[in-house]
Amino acid sequence: MADTSVSLSILEEEEKKSLEAREFGFWVYLMSDAVIFALLFATYVVLSGNSAAGPTSRELFDLGHTAGETALLLLSSLTFGVATIAMGQGHAGRVVQWLILTLLLGLGFIAMEVWEFSSMTRQGAGPGTSGFLSAFFTLIGTHGLHVTLGAVGICVMIGQVLVKGLTLPVRSRMMRLGLFWHFLDIVWIGIFSVVYLPGVM
Amino acid sequence: MTRSIFPRLQVPVMLAVIVLSCLTLQGCGISDAPVLNPKGPIALQERNLLFTAFGLMMIVAIPAILLTVLFAWRYRRTNEKAAYTPEWGGSWVVEAVVWLVPAAIIVVLGMLVWNTTHKLDPYKALASGKPAFKVQVVALDWKWLFVYPELGVASVNELAFPADRPVSLEITSDTVMNSLMIPALGGQIYAMAGMRSELNLLADGPGVFKGRNTMYSGDGFSDQHFLAHALSEDDFDAWKKKASGASAVLDAKTYLDLREKSVANPVAYYGSFEPGLFDIILRKYAPIVGPYESEAAELICRGAV
Amino acid sequence: MLGRLTLDALPFYSWVAMGGAGVTVGGGLLVFCLITYLRAWKVLWTDWLTSVDHKKIGIMYVVLALVMLVRGFVDALMMRAQQAFALNSEGYLPPEHFEQIFSSHGTIMIFFVAMPFLTGLINIIVPQQIGARDVAFPFLNSASLWMTAAGAGLVLISLVIGKFSQAGWTGYPPYSGIEYSPGVGVDYWIWALAVSGVGSTLSGINFIVTIVKNRCPGMTLMRMPMFTWTTLCISILMTFAFPALTVVAAQLALDRILGFHFFTNGDGGNMMMYANLLWIWGHPEVYILILPAFGIFSEVVATFSHKRLFGYQSLVYATACIAILSFTVWLHHFFTMGASSNVNAVFGIATMIIAVPTGVKIFDWLFTMYRGRIEFHPSMVFTIGFMVTFVIGGVTGVLLALPPADYLMHNSTFLVAHFHNMLIPGALFGYFAGMNYWFPKAFGFKLDEKWGIRSFWFWIIGFYLAFMPLYVLGFMGMSRRMEHYADPNWQPYLIVAALGAVCVLIGIVCIAVQLYVSVKTWGSARDVTGDPWNGRTLEWATSSPPAPYNFAVLPEVRDIDAFHDQKILGLAYLPAERYEDIVMPKNTMLGPVLGALAFALGFAMVWQIWWLAALCLILSLVGVGIRACNDDTEFVLPAAEVERIETERLAQITPADLHDMREYAPRGAASGAVLTGRA
Repeated sequence: MADTSVSLSILEEEEKKSLEAREFGFWVYLMSDAVIFALLFATYVVLSGNSAAGPTSRELFDLGHTAGETALLLLSSLTFGVATIAMGQGHAGRVVQWLILTLLLGLGFIAMEVWEFSSMTRQGAGPGTSGFLSAFFTLIGTHGLHVTLGAVGICVMIGQVLVKGLTLPVRSRMMRLGLFWHFLDIVWIGIFSVVYLPGVM
Repeated sequence: MTRSIFPRLQVPVMLAVIVLSCLTLQGCGISDAPVLNPKGPIALQERNLLFTAFGLMMIVAIPAILLTVLFAWRYRRTNEKAAYTPEWGGSWVVEAVVWLVPAAIIVVLGMLVWNTTHKLDPYKALASGKPAFKVQVVALDWKWLFVYPELGVASVNELAFPADRPVSLEITSDTVMNSLMIPALGGQIYAMAGMRSELNLLADGPGVFKGRNTMYSGDGFSDQHFLAHALSEDDFDAWKKKASGASAVLDAKTYLDLREKSVANPVAYYGSFEPGLFDIILRKYAPIVGPYESEAAELICRGAV
Repeated sequence: MLGRLTLDALPFYSWVAMGGAGVTVGGGLLVFCLITYLRAWKVLWTDWLTSVDHKKIGIMYVVLALVMLVRGFVDALMMRAQQAFALNSEGYLPPEHFEQIFSSHGTIMIFFVAMPFLTGLINIIVPQQIGARDVAFPFLNSASLWMTAAGAGLVLISLVIGKFSQAGWTGYPPYSGIEYSPGVGVDYWIWALAVSGVGSTLSGINFIVTIVKNRCPGMTLMRMPMFTWTTLCISILMTFAFPALTVVAAQLALDRILGFHFFTNGDGGNMMMYANLLWIWGHPEVYILILPAFGIFSEVVATFSHKRLFGYQSLVYATACIAILSFTVWLHHFFTMGASSNVNAVFGIATMIIAVPTGVKIFDWLFTMYRGRIEFHPSMVFTIGFMVTFVIGGVTGVLLALPPADYLMHNSTFLVAHFHNMLIPGALFGYFAGMNYWFPKAFGFKLDEKWGIRSFWFWIIGFYLAFMPLYVLGFMGMSRRMEHYADPNWQPYLIVAALGAVCVLIGIVCIAVQLYVSVKTWGSARDVTGDPWNGRTLEWATSSPPAPYNFAVLPEVRDIDAFHDQKILGLAYLPAERYEDIVMPKNTMLGPVLGALAFALGFAMVWQIWWLAALCLILSLVGVGIRACNDDTEFVLPAAEVERIETERLAQITPADLHDMREYAPRGAASGAVLTGRA
């Protein structure tokens, strides 16, 4: 009996160490992901003028729509932050509520983006039209794919909080998911100022 | 423990292989290697740079190689007479020398690079008493098309120019990436669709030089070579006559046929060519597309009117 | 249902294709039968394939590398034979096959020989060198291995179903675009790279975290062994350079599959961007391959000179310099693309600057040998061979870094000779040195030295014979990748180069014989102490092969050459006062399962079998998701079991096995500590 309790405490200590490593590892992963986005940004900058026979950015972009997307995503970051604070106070129920709100905002963002993509494609401005549109769809699409994955992650996280409660590993995973979610926000701000703003100017 | 690093078995085998190799290479001197024996001032300067840099680096390379062999032999384990300082792990003097000497060489080489890269920029027009002879070059699968705006003629897989004038090549591609090189006269430059690159060369005098595509481009790549003729005044006039007398005409339709893939295409001459052919081929791949200036342009760009 | 896949994909269209497919399938069947005959399937699955032990994963990486080395070398041999014969004739290989062979040779040697070889050696050794029990993320490690294996599997299966790429290992568009390469070859190349590239990125992250977080007490950064330092540097390079490969491969795939226009001729594509993106990955990749070998040379040269490593700090700074500079030179791969002379000159100078720290390293190794007692162990001989040969490669590298000289040499066999001159001595010799050096650590017995030395001689002479003629041919104007040629002056050189390839073949056979002889006589070459060469770094403090947990008690480090000092002070091989429970990761089949899914996903993308691709993707996500929520991935090895293993080990060591340490003094000698061997 005494033996198992000793083992348990070692396990916990080991777990703590391993969670610390995970958090650091996740930062490294995010930086590596940032390189992917940096290169996609670079690609976009190189190709943004190459509209070939297709429409230009000025004919396509709608800042109002983009502002809506931006608002949804920024708000979702805020609500995720509130969920994190709730986690700090140990209110599992409130964490779940705020996560659900975050999820809804995220899904709203994805829906707006899907609508934007499909309306562009319907206007004959699909990704196969020109180098500019290939780069545009790839950059925005990669970000959208990340948001989608993040949304799946939030679903899994809600399930974990409901089933396991706010255990140490769940808290650590929540922190990492938060990093990911806020990171996507930062990338979006980059997209807004490198793609959409210069595109309509 | 004593151990030889030269076990008996392989020594004779290897000696035999090396001797055999040297015998095979006898008589295949590199005396006419175009890079080492250039036939034009540009290639000569590029080669001289090669030699200078090589010589400079020997200051470090030779001691490194010799010391490696020497130390390996002198401080072999069986040599009990040699000094042995197992705990010696650093020396500021040695460190200073091994950082600073190579650094100094690189500073010298760096200045050399800066100057020569600007001086030997392939885009730079060559100083010469006579105006440059302009040729427009198009890379095709798997042949080279040379268009001579000054003469109003075109040729395939044969480049001719007056030996006493610099030749200024404007290069593009109507297929994948190619690279045009005439090693005896100077370096190479890529040929890319929708882009114009330039290469300025000069020959020492009349002669025939090999040129080729060096950038792998598919099945016919091995045979994608041509001869560059630097011709004396009389020879050049004769060549001009031969080319302009050719009955074939390089209009838009003929060009589309020529563009089809062909391996080891024979040399061909065209007495005239579609006006502005080179620019039409360039704009075919332009990043922004506008209306076509002529039916021929549309035919070349779209393959149909 | 099966996308583009039809019966035409089977290799019945030519004898060469059938031969390649036959050998691949035959080899697979042979391995299958052998394992079945040995009744080894269960052991293989439970002890190896599902293992998350870094040592076993490392061994599997090296096995993968050696198998692929044979495949890649057969390609080389076929190319050399073709060029030796193909004067004014087609030789025996039609262009279609020759092109697949040079493309697969480069792809295999870089992605599936060099990468797994170095990752394997790092896996086996680095955790032990830093006094850790495992890498930071053991499961991730297994996933990386199986991603790499999946990529290798894609290259191998392209011999049987469909064709491999004909666009060279760099796959430059527009040639690799759908317009000029409509078949599945380029897709095989893309997905093999993408899958293994993800594995490499994950390995990089894993090693960074391992080295930053898992060092034992007292192991400060400036006390880490050189091999660990080089590993840290290349892990950073892997993490930040491989995303570029992922991006460029994805963009090319989008161009090919969905008709995007990143790199197409016209429609707003820009092929020059491909060259830039590819080499933003590609140049750091060169140092990813070479720096670990530099680390190995540093360990080997100190151990077999029986002397402290000269200029440790200098070597650390030089390594870091090289790693940082490696990101600043990518443009030297295409000086001939027409950039302005300012740009070309800047990148030329940046490239030459790398020669300084590299030269410093050579001299530091040289002065490690100076006043040493050099033992000509195969790994030391490989090191000396490397030092001499690599200098030549460095010189030709600086020549190519001069833009005007590069105009003459670019795309020629001079370039081919140069990068083989860097990668064969600079990377492969290092891995061979590492294999000879660390083999006893991994398996508990030493490799046969006689055959090791033989393999070295055949390799190095084969190397000179194969590549010195290529330097000359570059001067004579021969381009790379030529299937046939018309200049009779070239042929003698190409015949000599082919002879060199035969020599290298004998070198590879020698390695096979070396392994065979060593396994056969393993009992007489056992490594009882775990320290066969009087090593200096912590990996020699564990038993050979190490216990699953490496260190029963985590060591405490007071200086570099930690184990060396322990031996001098008589602190090595002491039983611990008290053993503790050790937490170990559980084996999991998810690694191989993810690898299989990645393979199937790649295969489905190549043949455009969309349902299969979607299925694999969803299953992988589900697998990762389940793993991410799993809180039960570890188990406890009880203290009593640890004590039993350790006591058993120490009981085998007799004083006669120990190295004589009287000639050495510990770093802290002034403290008046005991200077004899074991007290």
